[in-house]
Amino acid sequence: MRRIILAGTLLPLLFAGAASAADTINAAGATFPAPIYQKWAEEFKTKTGVQINYQSVGSGAGIKQFTDGTVDFGASDMPMTDDQLKAKAGTLHFPTVLGADVVTYNIPGVTVDLKFSGPTVAGIFMGTITKWNDAKIKADNPGVNLPGTDIVVIHRSDGSGTSFIFTDFLSKVSPEWKSKVGASTSVSWPVGLGGKGNEGVTGLVKLNPGAIGYVELVYAVSQKLGYADIKNAGGKFVKADFDSVTAAAAGAAKDMPADFRVSITNAAGDKAYPISSFTWLLIPTQIKDPAKKKNIVAFLNWILTDGQKDCQALSYAPLPAAVVAKEKKQIASIQ
Amino acid sequence: MTSSVAAQPQSDKTTLSSVVRRLRGGDEIARLITLLFAVSVLAISVLLIWVLWTGSEASRAKSGFGFLTSKLWNPVTDEFGAYPFIYGTIVTSVLALIIAVPTGVGAAIYLSELARGAWSDALTFLVELLAAVPSVIFGLLAMFTLVPLMRTTIGPGLKSVFGSLPLFSGPVYGVGYLTASLVLSVMIFPYIISVSREALLSVPREQREAALALGATKWESTWQIVVPFARLGILGSIFLAFARALGETMAVTLVIGNDPAVHASLFAPGYTISAVIANEFTEATGKIYPAALIELGLVLFVLTFILNGLARLLILVTTQKGSAKA
Amino acid sequence: MTARNLYRKTLNNVMLTLTGVCAFVTVSTLFVVLAYLVYNGATSVNLDFFTKLPKPTGEAGGGMANAIVGSAEIVGFAALVGVPIGFFTGVYLSEWGADGTFAFVIRYMCDLLNGVPSIVVGIFASIVIVKPMGSFSALAGGFALSLMMIPITAKSTEQFLLEVPRTLREGSLALGASKWRTIASVVVPAARRGIMTGIILGIARISGEAAPLLFTSLNNEYWSNPFKEPTASLPYMIYTRALSPYDDWHRQAWAAGLVLLGLVLIANIAARLILTRGNSAARG
Repeated sequence: MRRIILAGTLLPLLFAGAASAADTINAAGATFPAPIYQKWAEEFKTKTGVQINYQSVGSGAGIKQFTDGTVDFGASDMPMTDDQLKAKAGTLHFPTVLGADVVTYNIPGVTVDLKFSGPTVAGIFMGTITKWNDAKIKADNPGVNLPGTDIVVIHRSDGSGTSFIFTDFLSKVSPEWKSKVGASTSVSWPVGLGGKGNEGVTGLVKLNPGAIGYVELVYAVSQKLGYADIKNAGGKFVKADFDSVTAAAAGAAKDMPADFRVSITNAAGDKAYPISSFTWLLIPTQIKDPAKKKNIVAFLNWILTDGQKDCQALSYAPLPAAVVAKEKKQIASIQ
Repeated sequence: MTSSVAAQPQSDKTTLSSVVRRLRGGDEIARLITLLFAVSVLAISVLLIWVLWTGSEASRAKSGFGFLTSKLWNPVTDEFGAYPFIYGTIVTSVLALIIAVPTGVGAAIYLSELARGAWSDALTFLVELLAAVPSVIFGLLAMFTLVPLMRTTIGPGLKSVFGSLPLFSGPVYGVGYLTASLVLSVMIFPYIISVSREALLSVPREQREAALALGATKWESTWQIVVPFARLGILGSIFLAFARALGETMAVTLVIGNDPAVHASLFAPGYTISAVIANEFTEATGKIYPAALIELGLVLFVLTFILNGLARLLILVTTQKGSAKA
Repeated sequence: MTARNLYRKTLNNVMLTLTGVCAFVTVSTLFVVLAYLVYNGATSVNLDFFTKLPKPTGEAGGGMANAIVGSAEIVGFAALVGVPIGFFTGVYLSEWGADGTFAFVIRYMCDLLNGVPSIVVGIFASIVIVKPMGSFSALAGGFALSLMMIPITAKSTEQFLLEVPRTLREGSLALGASKWRTIASVVVPAARRGIMTGIILGIARISGEAAPLLFTSLNNEYWSNPFKEPTASLPYMIYTRALSPYDDWHRQAWAAGLVLLGLVLIANIAARLILTRGNSAARG
């Protein structure tokens, strides 16, 4: 008897959450821009009352769920491929912010910021450069005393946009990398340990003397990690920061394809940081529910204008004005 | 029931009326209801196998049985092999059992035979609570505490004693098979301890008293009489624990180093089937890649099937008196 | 004392001490976990945590009210499905499944089901429920979790029912009770401690699982309808917050872990008190 009474008191709890707002829009995708998307969702809710529930499940999962229709829109760190677009005709890509990958390391006795050229990084991650006092690293860093420690490579074990951006850059600066490994969210790494998420990579780098790994800029800034300067296409060693990432996108605006699917790693320009990338929202061309359509369009307009102000505080770079203008025109094609 | 002609309708009625009687008594209904539930378990399992089978179609068509022996895992060229993952799964699970079973059964003996009522109950509560700790938290905790400890203390310590063996060769990164096994063993403690303790507690008091009356020490009574009597329950707990270890994902992927290769040393990084599925499924796109991951799930299913079969065979062979059913 | 007796006595003391050491080691791992959670998360467990919705990083005052309720809903659904199936399957196996092949197959299947990785269970549930439904839901999450609960419940139910002495059953039958009456009124109550343990272990295990929820109930930053919308849950929140770059979110993750453990502990105590009337006199 008591059992039944107990169950009875707990039953209403099951329905506590059932009174939900009818206009919750569900979205899922990349982990990389998740912090700013959630901030935008919060601000948008305060402003308009519309709830946008963004969950970071990974770019691939975001694309899958978007294709299956289980979410209203998706997000991805890499643009959808032609094959993926065939599965979901009528998809619009909307770049939202810019981010970057940085290379962090842990070398006993070295406290300055190191410099790496593209081919050097490729060599390290391919396993052809195995010691810190290798000639190629020394060439990039004249005057720095590098020990003969073994290099311990740390990469991401989980598939992620961060890996895609990094391998995309390596494929551009090293033909050997391009043919042997390639670029994708998940690759067959020639050497090294896999850490799960930025947290995993950082943990392993901190723990192993001689370790090197790549993480998102956002992560490095909030965890106060030291990272290297990378040589860009213009031949200059650039540190990743707000200005250098913005510079990487500035050049892209000119040659932006109509569907906004572009890679800006190794972008031209003296000030550009070479391991930068856009991240995209995937919006369907046709949204049947008129209320949802109205809200999504309003959200898009908002993030392209007011939303961009939140970027710097969270260590993302905003979109160049030229790109924003083009995107606003694309919003009109949502039916 | 005298003539054969009269016998037939009579016996039909008897059968019918006996069925009705059984139904009215409720036994038949009870049997049918519970049977239904048992069948549903079978149905779900079959459905699961079917989903795994059809989901892995694209990958099976491409690699066939070569999938099991290939050591290559390349999502870019769509070439996949399961060997390193099978190796890692077996090594970590078996090692976790080797660590956890003696410790767990020992603890269960303590909690059932030596500890007092309320104290024993309280401690068992706490151990059962371990089962509720989210996998992620175990993994992160291990990452922050066990991994550095392994790298700075445990690893070098073991190396200094056993360094000549291939099992303990190579550099110590902190992550690897050994760390993953340690984390797994902690995660399976609650299953072994809790269920074994209940099994030990349900051994009738007379058994213990008889042994003690014959002059056995407490340990002898426990080890030679009580534990064998509770063997069924203890073995059941080991099965539960083993299954949990095989299927554990989050905690393992944070501490195993995620390297899809086969290494002899316990200090080396490795990979398990569950870990790679957890890491890569959300990002797997295309036709063959997700199918390959699902095929790995199928492989694990078959692996569990075989390992369970071997274990049961072992029990069958060594079973004698006492609670003989497994 | 003879040499042999001295040996036996020493062995006795050594082994019994060793078991104590084992118990100490295992219990202390829990304390390490608890200490870590308390140290890192206790400051974030405040009234806000239980009443407010999550906030983006950098903003104070967020909580996980929706995740707490969501977890209760998901685990509730899972138990609603998993406990009856597991319990009755266990009853079938022990009372009617003596040595048949069918029973053997069922037992084997239970062991197999137990070994399926939590992520594969999630993938299965997403194909079978989420895709046809067209949306994530707590229902789908509950279904996935119930699959993990069934084997543990079934096995321990069967095991502890089997251990009920035959004399008890025979006595009841001799008094004229039917088989099902015997099971319901005599055998099951006699085995209830063990059965309870199995159920509690099952619920404890699924309460902390995040992987099956990734593709079934997803997560939600707001309140939601558990029957057809993505629903927040504590394990999922822990997963996302812990692996994020932000310290305030890390603290929220540990706080959530602490709260989750607390809730499971309370449920555990409540279940034992109410359903088994804490009878420790029966042991030797």
